[in-house]
Amino acid sequence: MSTSVGIVSAQRASFDTPLVCKSGAVLSRYELVYETYGTLNADRSNAVLVCHALSGNHHVAGYYADNPKNVGWWDTMIGPGKPVDTNKFFVIGVNNLGGCHGSTGPASINPETGKPYGSQFPVVTVEDWVASQARLADQLGIRQFAAVMGGSLGGMQAMQWALSFPDRVRHVLTIAAAPRLTAENIAFNDVARNAILTDPDFHGGDFYEHGVVPVRGLRLARMLGHITYLSDDVMADKFGRSLRSGKLGYGYGVEFEIESYLRYQGDKFAGYFDANTYLLMTKALDYFDPARDFDDDLDRAFAAARAAFLVISFSTDWRFSPERSRAIVNALLHNRRDVSYAEITSAHGHDSFLLQHEHYHDVVRAYLERAWNEVAA
Amino acid sequence: MNALAATRPDFAAIAAWIPQGASVLDLGCGDGSLLRHLQETRQTRGYGVEISDTKLVAAIRNGVNVIQGDLESGLSGFEDGAFDYVLLSQTLQAMRHTEELVREMLRVGREGIVSFPNFGYWHARFDVLRGYMPVSEELPYQWYNTPNIHLCTLKDFEILCRDLDIRILDRRVMTNGREISALPNLRGAMAVYRFQRA
Repeated sequence: MSTSVGIVSAQRASFDTPLVCKSGAVLSRYELVYETYGTLNADRSNAVLVCHALSGNHHVAGYYADNPKNVGWWDTMIGPGKPVDTNKFFVIGVNNLGGCHGSTGPASINPETGKPYGSQFPVVTVEDWVASQARLADQLGIRQFAAVMGGSLGGMQAMQWALSFPDRVRHVLTIAAAPRLTAENIAFNDVARNAILTDPDFHGGDFYEHGVVPVRGLRLARMLGHITYLSDDVMADKFGRSLRSGKLGYGYGVEFEIESYLRYQGDKFAGYFDANTYLLMTKALDYFDPARDFDDDLDRAFAAARAAFLVISFSTDWRFSPERSRAIVNALLHNRRDVSYAEITSAHGHDSFLLQHEHYHDVVRAYLERAWNEVAA
Repeated sequence: MNALAATRPDFAAIAAWIPQGASVLDLGCGDGSLLRHLQETRQTRGYGVEISDTKLVAAIRNGVNVIQGDLESGLSGFEDGAFDYVLLSQTLQAMRHTEELVREMLRVGREGIVSFPNFGYWHARFDVLRGYMPVSEELPYQWYNTPNIHLCTLKDFEILCRDLDIRILDRRVMTNGREISALPNLRGAMAVYRFQRA
């Protein structure tokens, strides 16, 4: 039996009710692209929403008919018989507002000016995303999700679902996430943003009309990001101090394998990702802080949550360390909410949440079997 | 007695002490059998703590809340007085920081319940007398592979409680699932204690 959801295609939903963002900015209308896998059951109780991270999108599982190599970013996790079993659940992947994969974003045409939004696109937050995802759920007739899940920034959205819409989500799976960024994390994001903001081709965000792309900034931002997604051990294992030519060149070209790898990743990313989306995503990360409205008391922030939680962290993830996940767990414990927590031993740092890992997948599978038993009951 | 209580006689004793609707923290919860049993028969709410990956998955599958963690590093995530009962079933003897854990149990819980194999059981004494470390149903390990580094007798445990200002509220001593009342430190293979701060 195949464990791929097979050929998939994106769908598009339009919204005419203005969305008032947390910043006060208003998006009068917008579109969200999404994909679905599996079948929504008669009482619409088996839906699972998958939220994406910084560079993700709505293409979560399966592949496209015209491009079989374009496999969804969480295809290891989602499919028939996989931990998120599409034989049971109706799974939705959505490209976030402000994204660059089809949903309304900085590169979209602003209906008021007839030009790309560019610098005029509002800085959207995790709360805004969750609000827009809820409207998509409304359109699909889903009142309550069996589960909302995500890793990293996606895990923050899943968490926010429990806070913004406590009665619309039964289970939250927050993976490799944090209740808010540390100063160090904001610092990394700021360096990445500065790479883009100071690229002469950025043009204050309105580079579209100049027919250029701030490629240098984007690739630097991505190179920096990649360093923080890996662990020291994995980098040492994978690249060590290996030289491409086997000898030192006494110059500033690409010599070490790690340099070559980072540049390759940077170039690849700069070829398809939108610089404004990158800025906006990192800002959403920096701003996420549910405790802020409660005198920095995360326990009080989580008092609103009703969902049961599965929190997962990875031992070598230093960008969103296990301690950060434990802070989420502790806030839930202090509110006596249902929560389970797994710290997965993995060598792969923050990236672990995207990778195939038997025990990690067993944990998610076991947890979702419970969620499924409730749906089936 | 159901099948579960038959395999783990201390479970039945523990369950008998737990009132309906109590909040429970089960330290070293294993596959979550005891918590599940308490949820089903006593409508308890609570959490298990487990360090092993495979047992964690089994506990999740069993439908209980389980937090992966190492008891040796304390219970810092849990607030003072958060639970009615803190359970430690057949784990005390394998802990390095025994005193600290017992203190922590009574910090986060109103009452503590522990069960452990009695090293004063005549069977164990007889083995030592014959010149061997005891191996039995309660102590199934060889000396070189046992996780049990802090074995004790009923008297030893009661001295520890006295030294830590702990009042013992109740005690059940068992051998092969049968209650032992006379000469418990000699005739009992396993003991369960319920206690609180004095």
